[in-house]
Amino acid sequence: MADRVLLEVKQLKMYFENRKGLLGKKIEYVKAVDDVSFKIHKGETIGLVGESGCGKSTTGYSIMRLYRPTAGQILFNGVDLAPMSAREVWPYRKNMQMIFQDPYASLNPRMTVADIIGEPLDIYGLCAGKERQERIYELLSTVGLGKDHASRYPHEFSGGQRQRVGIARALAVNPEFIVCDEPISALDVSIQAQVVNMLEDLQESLGLTYLFIAHDLSMVRHISRKVGVMYLGSLVEFAETEELYTHTLHPYTKALMSAIPELDPAVSKTKKLQMLKGDIPSPIDTPRGCKFASRCPHAAPRCMEERPEFKEVSPGHFVSCHLAEG
Amino acid sequence: MQEELLEVKGLHTSFFTHLGEVKAIRDVSFSVHKSEIVGIVGESGSGKSVTSLSVMGLLAHPGRVTGGEILFKGKDLTKLTKSRMRKIQGNQISMIFQDPMTSLNPLFTIGNQITEAILTHQKMTRAQAKERAVEMLKLVGIPSPEKRCNSFPHEFSGGMRQRAMIAMALSCEPDLLIADEPTTALDVTIQAQVLSLMKELNQRLGTATILITHNLGCASSICDKIIVMYGGKVMEEGTTEEIFYEPRHPYTMGLLNSIPKVDGEEAKKRLVPILGTPPDMLNPPAGCPFYPRCRFAMKACAAMEVPEQHLGDTHRVSCFMCHPQAPAKEQYEAQKGGIRRG
Repeated sequence: MADRVLLEVKQLKMYFENRKGLLGKKIEYVKAVDDVSFKIHKGETIGLVGESGCGKSTTGYSIMRLYRPTAGQILFNGVDLAPMSAREVWPYRKNMQMIFQDPYASLNPRMTVADIIGEPLDIYGLCAGKERQERIYELLSTVGLGKDHASRYPHEFSGGQRQRVGIARALAVNPEFIVCDEPISALDVSIQAQVVNMLEDLQESLGLTYLFIAHDLSMVRHISRKVGVMYLGSLVEFAETEELYTHTLHPYTKALMSAIPELDPAVSKTKKLQMLKGDIPSPIDTPRGCKFASRCPHAAPRCMEERPEFKEVSPGHFVSCHLAEG
Repeated sequence: MQEELLEVKGLHTSFFTHLGEVKAIRDVSFSVHKSEIVGIVGESGSGKSVTSLSVMGLLAHPGRVTGGEILFKGKDLTKLTKSRMRKIQGNQISMIFQDPMTSLNPLFTIGNQITEAILTHQKMTRAQAKERAVEMLKLVGIPSPEKRCNSFPHEFSGGMRQRAMIAMALSCEPDLLIADEPTTALDVTIQAQVLSLMKELNQRLGTATILITHNLGCASSICDKIIVMYGGKVMEEGTTEEIFYEPRHPYTMGLLNSIPKVDGEEAKKRLVPILGTPPDMLNPPAGCPFYPRCRFAMKACAAMEVPEQHLGDTHRVSCFMCHPQAPAKEQYEAQKGGIRRG
């Protein structure tokens, strides 16, 4: 059962149009997600990391079909969601839900917690009346809140509690798959662990599958079974968590790893940083060769000319780098 | 003994809001020596930013320092007039803010903004100030500074803007630099660069620095000394090694436990969170602010002010568990491990 592929993303592309010129005749494309492929098996957690602007959130939004992808396939339980219209996607979205980054912005301040959690139930007509009330209480207790919280408004809660409400809302329709878009980055350190533990418990008890988008590499290592690293809209490396953290192949992943702030003062004070020079190139004019070549410390002439393929170099370990092949 | 640059003694700062007096800082004391990097670590609402604003004299209405002294080179900053304070702000003490996007003026070039700071405080001609601005931009590692001097903030990336802020803050050669969450808005790779730049400049110029952060990893990498704050009070203070290897306050221990460890086996271990939520500062608990969330809480913790325990020259803790006569010590001793020395 654990081996069933729940979601397969194939060559997903999400370009945003950017009209320029006086009459808007000149069209440029912002390549936010450019050829991303990966698989998620049922019951596992995949981490997606990268710097801001690398397209990790856009990937999550595209999978949720909050955007209409430019090209590629999103196979959810074998059904391709990518070409569907909003109406056609609707029944499938009952199985996939999302937890958003900012618990302050993602809850409607005019709705009570009961209405927020009840809304997905109403939309899918799952239950009404007393049954609906019971379900809301049940969901609240699942995320560690009490019945008395139901009639309150979001502003009466702390950040961690709001994130719990967001999680309860995502769980309302009994989804199989949840996209967690930086669910803990707006929370305090002492609260982050509470939310992460809860996500793990829920995964265990409800058999959930997560796509965990984050920029905190140590938390991703903790929660994920496999991790994908994104750079400028593309996956540069994808592997089992331990494999990725111990046998890092891509120079960008290496640089990211070396930048994780270490707790142990003896280590962190002596650690050699792998500095990256320059900034991320614009996603409008992506370089012809390897996207990372302009900042790569090992770039060879070939890297500037030819874009490396995203290849499996050892079982389950994918990387797109010319130098990692040999 | 090192020379003391800044000494904060029994500082109280309150905000007088419609709902009542919010005591954001209650009896905070610490000192910063010359060319030392001191980290102030805490969650949002712990009073770490208010501490720095109090020192900087930047508290806006309805905030006010209600007690205590802030001695900078022996002078009490709380007693200075606004115009005397202006001479110190940006000149002898300067500050870097969290969001470089909002703290730079979008209408002026970077060079213009740095020159302005120099001309306000130093006797220089405009040309000399401009030259100095270019020099500062070069110092913080901005490529082709002569050209970038004429760029506007929006032409800079986040990391470069923060570098420009650092250049501006250091342009008058201050004795003390206060960095309030300087890397929170930045990506990890850029964060690492900015932190190592701050460390390097500290070594080169000898500027004492207060680094305010909620990220223990950041504090660990560059600080000499760390102050842990919670609920407007100092919970623990010690050298970086003491705080990470031998934390004594249950809050510090809890913080270290709630962060996933980086190395292999331990990364997958279940996290140990601190239960509950931070205190409401309108009605803070009477005794120790951490007692409602503390595993070792006793009746005394709720009832009375917790006296500071000194555990050596550099290490002090506000916790009854460190008192020689504390009960149930075994359990606490068993829990107290910090992170392993690696």
